[in-house]
Amino acid sequence: MEEGSVQQAHVHAPPEGFLRKHVFSLDHKVIGKQYYGLALVAVFTGMILSWLMRIHMVWPTAKIPLLEHLSSAGAPGGVITPEYYLSLMTMHGTLMVFFVLTNAPFAAFGNYFLPIQIGAEDMAFPRFNMMSFWVTFTAWVVLMLAFFIPDGPPISGWTSYAPLSAVGKDAGPGMQYGMSLWGLSIAIFCIGSLLGALNFIATTLDLRAKGMTLMRMPLCTWAWFITSCIALLAFAVLLPACILLILDRHAGTSFYVPGGLVISDRLQPHSGGSPLLWQHLFWFFGHPEVYIAILPSMGIVSHILVNSMRKPLLSSKVVIYSMMSIGFLSYMVWGHHMFLSGMNPISALAFSFPTLTITIPATVLTLIWLGSLYGANIQINSASLFALGFISMFVAGGVSGFFLAQPSIDIYLHATYFVVGHFHMVMGVASLFGVFAGTYFWFPKMSGRMMSEPLGKLHFWITFIGTYCIFMPFHYLGLIGNVRRYQSFVDDFMAPYLGVHKFVTVVALITGAAQFLFLYNLIYSRFKGKPAPDNPWNATTLEWSIPSPPPWNNFGDRHPIVYHDPFQYGVKGSKGDYVMQDSPEQVVPASGD
Amino acid sequence: MGKLLAVVLVIIALASAYPIVTHMFPLPEDISTHGHAIDEQLNDTMWEAGISFVAAQLVLAFFVWSFTGRKEGSPLKNFPGGARVMVLGAFLLVGTEILALGVLGQKAWATVYFAPSKPGAIQIQAQAEQFAFYFRYPGADGKFGAVHPDKIDEGNQNYFGLDPANDVDARDDIVSGELVVPVDHEVQLLMHAKDVGHSFYVRELRIQQDFVPGLDLSVHFTATKIGRYEIVCTQLCGLGHYNMKAYLNVVSEADYEKWLKDQAAQ
Repeated sequence: MEEGSVQQAHVHAPPEGFLRKHVFSLDHKVIGKQYYGLALVAVFTGMILSWLMRIHMVWPTAKIPLLEHLSSAGAPGGVITPEYYLSLMTMHGTLMVFFVLTNAPFAAFGNYFLPIQIGAEDMAFPRFNMMSFWVTFTAWVVLMLAFFIPDGPPISGWTSYAPLSAVGKDAGPGMQYGMSLWGLSIAIFCIGSLLGALNFIATTLDLRAKGMTLMRMPLCTWAWFITSCIALLAFAVLLPACILLILDRHAGTSFYVPGGLVISDRLQPHSGGSPLLWQHLFWFFGHPEVYIAILPSMGIVSHILVNSMRKPLLSSKVVIYSMMSIGFLSYMVWGHHMFLSGMNPISALAFSFPTLTITIPATVLTLIWLGSLYGANIQINSASLFALGFISMFVAGGVSGFFLAQPSIDIYLHATYFVVGHFHMVMGVASLFGVFAGTYFWFPKMSGRMMSEPLGKLHFWITFIGTYCIFMPFHYLGLIGNVRRYQSFVDDFMAPYLGVHKFVTVVALITGAAQFLFLYNLIYSRFKGKPAPDNPWNATTLEWSIPSPPPWNNFGDRHPIVYHDPFQYGVKGSKGDYVMQDSPEQVVPASGD
Repeated sequence: MGKLLAVVLVIIALASAYPIVTHMFPLPEDISTHGHAIDEQLNDTMWEAGISFVAAQLVLAFFVWSFTGRKEGSPLKNFPGGARVMVLGAFLLVGTEILALGVLGQKAWATVYFAPSKPGAIQIQAQAEQFAFYFRYPGADGKFGAVHPDKIDEGNQNYFGLDPANDVDARDDIVSGELVVPVDHEVQLLMHAKDVGHSFYVRELRIQQDFVPGLDLSVHFTATKIGRYEIVCTQLCGLGHYNMKAYLNVVSEADYEKWLKDQAAQ
């Protein structure tokens, strides 16, 4: 379509009234902040759950105050039971993967900045957008309800493998209503994510300002766009998978349960289903989900690096094509989660090869980031520290993937702490580093105030060093065969290594506590921070061409026209060493080039 | 502060590599005939991944050290060769790694999964259930009795649901809570899940395989060292998952025959 033609009319009228402004808002910026808030609540809940797990693992008889009031059955006298450990684990994984890693880097920042960065007034479908948040919020409420029912949360892990997840109360505590709430919550979450993904795609394709060609889009916009394409296909598979799970549990169908199973001394009234069907459907979503979590952070980090280095990346095209290849390959690798599941062993080789191949675009990205640092003039602040930390973390989590991609090594390392270390580093922490970098970078724009830099830096140092101290030892424990998802280590060979687990627990408590510094910084700066100028980082992209915080319709009555790509750094501009995307001035190379 | 980050990166790279280089976390002793291939593969990958990790962190540290806190207006430079070098480098480096490890290394997988068990292999059925393993030997007739899920009665120790009254094959079947196998003799484990998914993992044996309800799966192995080893469940199977374990008892051929006789007499 002709670029910019949709820009002629306001997408919606200025909001009036408290509800329209702050609750059921159609404004993509408010919705972005709502997603961010939800992710913030979820991440602190998830982190506290991980604290409880870590404490229980190394001090199994520890009495945890207040916990008894949450679940008198799960923690009688404040002491966590083995099954409650599994409940905490399931909720930790589910909250983190869905409500944090999908919401924060993608839905929250994407909603806020994608429209502004392409020069649009709002998303293509503002009402859909509002709906996708409130649907996601409902999914969160449904999931959290599991904590407050007598049955408690489910115990089958965030992967909810059938038949454990499909047969109801015979499978153990939490597997009756808790599990049903889980299935319902995730199904609702899928609907919210599908609506969001459609909206992102339509917005990117249709609402770009005049002159904003695809190749002139900032790299984070590219990442959100590619991520929405991945999300559209991934959640479209998880949704029916969850519906079939609910049908198996409540309508007497047998999609995932074969005949002849005796669970809790009861012959199950099912026949003809296959547990592998769930695994295939789940991982067909589950592996692309890893990239839904990490790609936006790759984009955000690239965006921030360019600004902090004061020079363009070696090649932004290569970054875009690498992200596209990762997105494409992410659909061919799900079987590497199932090497030992009993599927045909030949398919293990078929899934191993694309898994190894995905290392190529990932390495290209890493080398581009590294190589671009050469000869730069790197500005160190909280945002760039987290962006640089992301590169370090992404490499650390990436190389361990090389082990697990090989089926023969997976025979030994599958289901050990090696896997836990691997995915926490690459999809968990690396992705969160992108979110932290994004927060420190964009907070001035979102709130009109600067965050505290000393606090931000302190937060970085504790988090960066703490993360390595937590997750590197996990890899080592995996090498000795330490099995994951155990609430205590009863195996004889583990005795000499319990000290390592204690060390990890202590570091996890410290690193977790440092996240409250971040929370404090967010809240304090929101009200008391130094007022932010429109463009505190001397950046080139469109979000910095409007006031901080932006007005409801982003650009006021202005229709921005884009003249440059977003990488005009290290040049002689009228304002300094950069030229903004919507500045009509000619770019003059800096002397010495 | 950039310099500090560089120093921390170097410390992280070296500290992460230290426990690996000094074998602080050794793999358990391998007691299988196929395990050395897996260990070799793991070792090769450790070298390649380890070098990549340390090198990347050091390069990151070096660039951060060199290119932060530069004087205002210092000239910007581009990496010689630009993106082309990076793309070529990634394809060559990782491409070679994929070929070396991915293709050549499938041998280990093939010995476990593609080579059929030898004709003389001992067949043992393994049943996984919440939260125990049971093992069944076919007895003198060499035939397993049929399994009837409706006849499973844990109270009477009929874990497999056998029907010895009507089924001749089932009468001499031996059921044990411990997996007893003769040393240096191939064993084929026929895997059967009674309730939900489980997994069979013996670290020393370098064997891990899921039990999948409704699927008849099997693995085969030869244990090469007499001793007692832990069998643990590695597929989350419910509240007692962490405590679901049994023992693999590798004994001499003579002790194995004696054990079978003793069990049959019971």
